[in-house]
Amino acid sequence: MELTLWTYEGPPHIGAMRIATSMKGLHYVLHAPQGDTYADLLFTMIERRGSRPPVTYTTFQAKDLGGDTAELVKGHISEAVERFKPEALLVGESCTAELIQDQPGSLAKGMGLNLPIISLELPAYSKKENWGAAETFYQLVRGLLKDIAEDFSKQSKISWKEAGRRPRVNLLGPSLLGFRCRDDVLEIQKILGENGIDINVIAPLGAAPSDLIRLPKADANVCLYPEIAESTCIWLERNFNIPFTTTVPIGVKATQDFLEELCSLLDIEISSLINKPEKSKLPWYSKSVDSNYLTGKRVFIFGDGTHVIAAARIANEELGFEVVGMGTYSREMARKVRAAAKELGLEALITNDYLEVEEAMKDSAPELVLGTQMERHSAKRLGIPCAVISTPMHVQDVPARYSPQMGWEGANVIFDDWVHPLMMGLEEHLIGMFRHDFEFKDGHQSHLGHLGGHTNESEKISKGMNQTSTEKTLLWTPEGELELSKIPFFVRGKVRRNTEKYAIQVGCKQIDGETLLDAKAYFSK
Amino acid sequence: MSGSTLLKETGPREVFCGLTSIVWLHRRMPDAFFLVVGSRTCAHLIQSAAGVMIFAEPRFGTAILEERDLAGLADAHEELDRVVKNLLKRRPEIRTLFLVGSCPSEVIKIDLARAAERLTSQFKGQVTILNYSGSGIETTFTQGEDGALKALVPLMPSSRESQLLLVGTLANPVEDRLKTIFNRLGIQKISSFPPRQSTELPSIGPGTKVLLAQPYLTDTARVLKDRGAEILQAPFPLGVEGSKLWIEAAANGFKIKKDLVESTLEPLITRAQKALKPYIEQLSGKKLFLLPESQLEIPLARFLSNECGMELIEVGIPYLNRQMMEPELELLPENTKIIEGQHVEKQLDRVRESNPDLVVCGMGLANPLEAEGISTKWSIEMVFSPIHGIDQASDLAELFARPLHRNNLLSPKTLETA
Repeated sequence: MELTLWTYEGPPHIGAMRIATSMKGLHYVLHAPQGDTYADLLFTMIERRGSRPPVTYTTFQAKDLGGDTAELVKGHISEAVERFKPEALLVGESCTAELIQDQPGSLAKGMGLNLPIISLELPAYSKKENWGAAETFYQLVRGLLKDIAEDFSKQSKISWKEAGRRPRVNLLGPSLLGFRCRDDVLEIQKILGENGIDINVIAPLGAAPSDLIRLPKADANVCLYPEIAESTCIWLERNFNIPFTTTVPIGVKATQDFLEELCSLLDIEISSLINKPEKSKLPWYSKSVDSNYLTGKRVFIFGDGTHVIAAARIANEELGFEVVGMGTYSREMARKVRAAAKELGLEALITNDYLEVEEAMKDSAPELVLGTQMERHSAKRLGIPCAVISTPMHVQDVPARYSPQMGWEGANVIFDDWVHPLMMGLEEHLIGMFRHDFEFKDGHQSHLGHLGGHTNESEKISKGMNQTSTEKTLLWTPEGELELSKIPFFVRGKVRRNTEKYAIQVGCKQIDGETLLDAKAYFSK
Repeated sequence: MSGSTLLKETGPREVFCGLTSIVWLHRRMPDAFFLVVGSRTCAHLIQSAAGVMIFAEPRFGTAILEERDLAGLADAHEELDRVVKNLLKRRPEIRTLFLVGSCPSEVIKIDLARAAERLTSQFKGQVTILNYSGSGIETTFTQGEDGALKALVPLMPSSRESQLLLVGTLANPVEDRLKTIFNRLGIQKISSFPPRQSTELPSIGPGTKVLLAQPYLTDTARVLKDRGAEILQAPFPLGVEGSKLWIEAAANGFKIKKDLVESTLEPLITRAQKALKPYIEQLSGKKLFLLPESQLEIPLARFLSNECGMELIEVGIPYLNRQMMEPELELLPENTKIIEGQHVEKQLDRVRESNPDLVVCGMGLANPLEAEGISTKWSIEMVFSPIHGIDQASDLAELFARPLHRNNLLSPKTLETA
C-alpha cells in the first residue's frame, strides 16, 4: 500500500484510452464501474476534444456482482459494435473489473464478431499509464499484423532504391495527452519532407486500424516517444526487419543526430545544406551577447524520460547551463535517465512522490526548474522560475498556437519557454531593487506574483529549511541579515546556505557582513 | 404527486462516483483528512476532478492497493495501519480521519469499519477515525457526502434542546445568510452539519428539527431521525419559490407567526424577483435537457421551469428518493419527463433529436456537445457555487443564462436577430 497525495501517471487503462482516442475507427470496451467515466474529461477538457473518447464503460454496480456480469459485458460489446461499427475492438478492464475476473477479452472473442478483437491485460495494481499506452499500442499492432508477418516480404535498407521510389518511414508514438505531440508530428513531417523522406503512417495519432496494416511498408520507423512506441518498434524490427531510430529529435544537436541516424538507416546521403544548425535560431540566440547571463545557470530537471534526457542535453550543451539535479517518474525509463545523469556526474532521482522531488529541488538550489506542472507549483512556492517540459498534461500544455518541442522550430520554442521565466526572474529582482524608489508603485509584479524579489515566501522557506541544522549554533547579526537582503532573491537561499556552511567550517558563531563576503570569496575560488 | 412521467433507464452511465464529493468536503472541514483506500484510478479521479495541483499537501490522499495487498487481507490491514500512522505523524493537525472505501476495497472486502475502530483506539484522544464508502459500484457523485455525514452522526452529542439543524454542505457566506434570516424569524439556535470544524459537531435529539439543504442526503436523514430529530418536509432551497417554502417549513416547525414570516421574506422576495428579471428574459421559452449527475437536477428543473420559464425536455437523475423528492415533484409542471438511471448513448440521441437550447451535463460530455452546437452547463458547478437561498436566486439563474448569452455574443445569429 502506497500513500499517494498526487500521482504523475494515471492507471494503465488510461494509457489504453490514450491510444484508442488518438486513433480513428477503433473502439474500446472497458469493463469498469461508473466512476471510471471521469477519464473522458481528460480528453474533452484538457485536450479540449470536441468528440467523446470512443470508449464504452460497462458501469457495473454492486447489485450486478451477484448476478451475471459476463452477460452484462457481452451486452455492452455487441451494442458498442452495433452502434459505432469500429474496424477493430479493444476489450479490457480497469482496476475493479480485474478483481472480479470476467475476462472480457475472452468473452468478446467467443461472441463470433466479424472484426479483429484485441484483448488487453493491463495489470492495474503494478503498472501505470505510459506502460498501459505502450502495451496497448504494441498489442494492437501485433494483433493486426501477426498473421501477415510470416509471408510479408522482408524489407532491406535499399528496398526503396530497388523499387525506384523515395524512402518512407512511420512516425510512431505520438498520442493524445502526450506533450506537444500534435505539433511535433507536423515539425518532423516538414523536416523529413525537406530531406526527401516520405511518411508512410503516423500512429497512433490520427491512424485507423487499416493504416496500421500498412506499417510494414515503411523502410524505417521513427520512434518519436520511446515511452509509447519502443516496444512496437522492437517488434516491427524483429518481425519485418524494419530498423528504428533511437535519437529523439528534441534540441538542435539531437535533431542533427536524429537526421544522421535516420539517413544512415535508409542509406541516404544527409544533406548538410538542408540541415544546417541555423535552421533554428537557438544556436545564435544562445551565442548572442545577451545570453551571457545564462552561463552556468543551475537547472533542476524532472519529468518523463524522453523529455528529461533531451532537456539535460540542451541545457548542458546548447545553453551553457549547469544541470544540478535530474530525475523521472517513469520507472520504464529509469535506466536511460540514470545513464544520462551519470554522464553529468549526477545521480538520477527516480520517484513517483512529488514531495520527494520538491525536497531534491530545494537541496540542489536551482535557478531554473524544468519540470511538469507539479514542479511548476513547487518551484512557485520556492520562488524559482520554472518552465514545463513534460506530461502529465494540463490545459495550459495544449496551447492554441503551434509550439512543437521537436526539430528546428521546437528548439526555438524551447529557447523562449526556458529563457523567458529567467528573464522574468531578473525583472522581479529589479522590482525588488527599485521598490524603495519614489517612482515605484506597488502592484508591479510579474508572473511570479507575490513570490518575487523581496522579503518573501522563498526567503522564509529557505530560512525554515536551515533552522534545524543551524539555528542552535549560528546567529546572523542584523547587519549580516541586511547584507544578505541585498543579494538577488534567486540566489539568496544558496548564499545563506553557503555562508552558514563556511561559518561552521571556520568555527564562526556570529555571521555578519564580513563573514558573508569571506564566504563568497571562499566559494568563488 | 403531480403528473410527472417517471421512467427508468439502464445501460452505460456517465456519472462520477461518490469519491468526488471529497473535493468539497475537505474544504468544508479543514481539520479532517480523507484517505481513500483504493487504486491509482481513485487517486487519478480525484486529482482530475479537483485539479488539485495548487495545494502543497492536500487534505485528501489515496492508500493505493498493490498486488501484495490483494494477496492477503491480513497484510492489507497491517499496511493500512502503517500508512495511517505515517500520515498522522506527518499531519499532526488532523482531528478526524475518514477512511473512504472504493470499488476495489469493496470488492476485495477490506473491512474499513473494523480498521477505523482499531485505529481510533490506537489514536485515542488525538484523532477520530471513521469510515464510509464512496465506491462507484454503490454511490454516485454527491452520495459521497451522504456517506461521510452518516459516519459522523454517531459522534454527535445528544441533546433535547430545541434547535434548527441545517444539513448538507453549503457555501459559508450562504450559510451565514440563511442563519441570519432564521434569526430574524426568531429561531434562536441554528446549527449546521457538517460543521466547519470536524470536532465541533452539533448536538442532536428530540428537540432538533432538520432542514435538508441538499437533496442527496437519504441515509443521513434516516440516522438523524433515528437519533430523535424531526425531518422537516420541504422542497430544496434553490430559487425563490423553493427557498421560501424551505424557510417556511422551518417557520412552521417552530410555530413562527405567519405575519412575521411574511414581513421578513417579502422584501427579499421582491428584490430577488427584480434581480431575476433580466435572466428570465434570456431563459424564458428556452428548451432545457438535464443529464443525471449531481442529484440536484429535480430542484434545478423546478426552478428553471417555474421561475425562469424554461421548457423541460427531460430531467435525468441518477436515482430517485420519492419520499424526499415529493415536495419537489409536486411543484413540477404536468407531464415532466423524469428519467431515473441512464443509458448515455440513447440519452445523447434524445438530446440531439430534441435540439435543446441548453444541456446540463458532466464535464466529460460538455465539449463534445458544444462542438455539435449545443450549449452546456456543467453540473459540477452547482456543488461549488453559492446558489442556495432567496438572495442567490438570480445568481443561480445567471449560471444558466451565461452560456446562452455567450453563444449569442459569439454566434453570427446575433447579427441576424439584431
